[in-house]
Amino acid sequence: MSRHVRVAAALLGGAVVAFASPSGAQGTLRIAMTAADIPVPNGQTDQGAEGMRFIGYTVFDALVNWDLSSADKPAGLAPGLATEWKSDPKDRMKWTFRIRDGARFHDGSTFTAQAAVWNLDKILNTASPQYDARQAAQGRGRIPTVRSYRAVDDRTLEIVTSEPDALLPYQITFIVMSSPAQWEKVGRSWEKFVQSPSGTGPWKVERYVPRERAELVRNPDYWDGKRVPKADRMVLLPVPEGGSRVAALLSGQVDWIEAPPTDAIAQLRAKGNQITANVYPHVWPWHFSRVEGSPWNDIRVRKAANLAVDRAGMKKLLGGMMLEAKGMVPPNSPWFGKPAFELKYDPAEARRLLKEAGYSKEKPLVLKTIISASGSGQMQPMLMNEFIQQNLADVGIKVEFDVVEWNALVANWRAGAKDPTTRGATATNSSYFAQDPFTALIRHLDSQLVAPRGTNWGYYSDPELDTLFKVARYNFDPDVQLRAIQKAHERFVNEALFLYVAHDVGPRALAPRVKGFVQAQSWYQDFSPVAVTK
Amino acid sequence: MLTYLLKRLGLVVPIALAVSAVCFSLVYLAPGDPLSAIVPSDASVELIDQLKKEYGLDKPIPVQYALWLGRATVGDLGTSIATGRPVASEIGKAIGNTLVLAFAACLVGFTLGAVFGTIAGYFNGSWVDKTVSAISVAGVSVPHYWLGMVLVIVFSVILGWLPAMGAGPGGSGEWRWDAEHLKHIILPAITLSVIPTGIITRTVRALVADVLSKEFVTALVAKGLSQGAVFFHVVKNIAPTALAVMGVQLGYLMGGSILVETVFSWPGTGFLLNTAIFQRDIPLLQGTILVLAMFFVALNLLVDIVQTGLDPRIRRA
Repeated sequence: MSRHVRVAAALLGGAVVAFASPSGAQGTLRIAMTAADIPVPNGQTDQGAEGMRFIGYTVFDALVNWDLSSADKPAGLAPGLATEWKSDPKDRMKWTFRIRDGARFHDGSTFTAQAAVWNLDKILNTASPQYDARQAAQGRGRIPTVRSYRAVDDRTLEIVTSEPDALLPYQITFIVMSSPAQWEKVGRSWEKFVQSPSGTGPWKVERYVPRERAELVRNPDYWDGKRVPKADRMVLLPVPEGGSRVAALLSGQVDWIEAPPTDAIAQLRAKGNQITANVYPHVWPWHFSRVEGSPWNDIRVRKAANLAVDRAGMKKLLGGMMLEAKGMVPPNSPWFGKPAFELKYDPAEARRLLKEAGYSKEKPLVLKTIISASGSGQMQPMLMNEFIQQNLADVGIKVEFDVVEWNALVANWRAGAKDPTTRGATATNSSYFAQDPFTALIRHLDSQLVAPRGTNWGYYSDPELDTLFKVARYNFDPDVQLRAIQKAHERFVNEALFLYVAHDVGPRALAPRVKGFVQAQSWYQDFSPVAVTK
Repeated sequence: MLTYLLKRLGLVVPIALAVSAVCFSLVYLAPGDPLSAIVPSDASVELIDQLKKEYGLDKPIPVQYALWLGRATVGDLGTSIATGRPVASEIGKAIGNTLVLAFAACLVGFTLGAVFGTIAGYFNGSWVDKTVSAISVAGVSVPHYWLGMVLVIVFSVILGWLPAMGAGPGGSGEWRWDAEHLKHIILPAITLSVIPTGIITRTVRALVADVLSKEFVTALVAKGLSQGAVFFHVVKNIAPTALAVMGVQLGYLMGGSILVETVFSWPGTGFLLNTAIFQRDIPLLQGTILVLAMFFVALNLLVDIVQTGLDPRIRRA
């Protein structure tokens, strides 16, 4: 190598090294989200569960929060801005929430029952000055039974529902509280509010730059002393491309990435990163159409399909990043019950059932399923569906896929199996949020919730299940309610009402310097115990 | 010339109308719902219908188009459904970032393309020409998002020299001309420059070889002009065509960097378009495409003017 070349190489190397990025400051947690934009810090934020995870429950609180402190049990309800709540035994449509004393918004104003009313008006009362269509779009559908509400006094909120609704505390977790005082201070404008948001949560927004980043700082005065954040700062970055998130973590640009691609997990582990995963209320099924003529109306076909899928093989294929489904909710869920039909891999029994139904490998049942190539919560839909396609072909079910874009799949799911966009398909593969009894079970099969009222895609109707749903919704005895939910789930499994395949385990990759994270069995997580060391 | 310019400017209006109409129709032909970005996935059709009324999306599509067009003519591109922010400000910010990236890529691509092309043209048919041609074919053929990933793996992950994503430190999207920001642009600019490098190399090579074979060049040499003087004449002759190709390439870089901007999380118009497509954010999609189309038209016009200035043989009547 000539002297000149060596000098040039040294200069080039020096220049590049000079550009190398320094590692983050101590106590700053930099997270690459999968969202393409920063969830809007207005309160009732966007970007789905990820938005609630990173902005909804960090900057704001709901009247009823989720207990995200344990990795060992499904997340349950916990007091939030309300310390207790109960329905009136004489009038089950009347609920009273006792408002927490001493909870303050980041702007210093006090949270009161009047502030809760103001927030409910924000999404339900179109005549109120603070009504915000965007927040209404996110929140209104979550509390469909709320008919009226009033502040009895500073510390007492009364909510009246249109029908007895024992599940209201679960639904009210979706509604987070923004500061009325701050909204007034910034000139009664939500556009200005998001530039200096104010909630009551453990994190305060210091900087919000749409599409680029949000910088949150710890709220040392948070009302729950145990949840005052350990890290000084949390920076949220939108990085929708999986490969870019991995590269960002490996190159030290971030400390934490959401949903690392399965094929990158071994590499991330080899570089010393932590891979955290835990089951959470998510299910990846095929939702059957039960309209006239659907082959899934035959229980033998439904059971055969459930017995034909090699879930353990699929888990291996996904690098262990799934839990084999035994029903709509994971077996450790209090709602699981004791179903008699066991979901296992038994192709011989599947073939026998199909033969009884008149199908075989030689004379297969031919059907079509709507799937997407990607999408929120869809895990690896192409890979997983092709795996199922092979499994089903082995027992005598020949599946054709109608691959559509994720938004198109969701639109069809809302519109129902009778919609023309179904184009002859008799199943759809949409993953589901199953955080509460309504989202986990009721919304899918309640005969009252077919399109356009709800998302009973398959037009399923079963009086016995409807009765159990009514008990779950209208009975206020927790034991009776729990038993009804369990019995409903047992029926889900015994009748093989879906093709149950997998539960996601929410993989995350954390740099070795990130300490203290406890991955709750929830779509949401608590970032307060997380510290970042040097 | 003035008449020609006025004619060209007059064409901008029908082009803008056609682009916006086609774009509007395509967006509505695609399945999905424009409200999907702001409602939970399990929102009922009933709730969505109510919201459509609030957002004016329940009106017939031609009416929606006419309303949008009416506002766009006075510079109001509407409000993004997904973010609630004015489309103009979203585009304004993104286009600045894309311009910086596009110009950086052009700087690399046009310089390398011109140098390689000239060398190959001068050594037409030799091993130098074949090597340069092979490089240019590779440049045009390599998928640039793949190259981007490879560069990230090598320079960010393995060597740790350069950042893997973003337009600035800590996810900053406010471009500044300092070392911290410059290091963020190196990988995306190199990635984006590969195709223009290949195209410009091929164009310049063909032009140089063609001009060198002309009789006037032989005459210039016979007159005893130096190599440098001859080269000056060659450049003068190839400049108008090369400039036209460069102008088109710059236009492509402005609108065609969706994949590269996504791979590098570069907050430009490509990244914005990608987001708008997946969120079915019609106003944002409409606005961005319209602005990019107008930019392309303006760029072509500018190239035409420069071409005329460089080559008096081109008559614009």
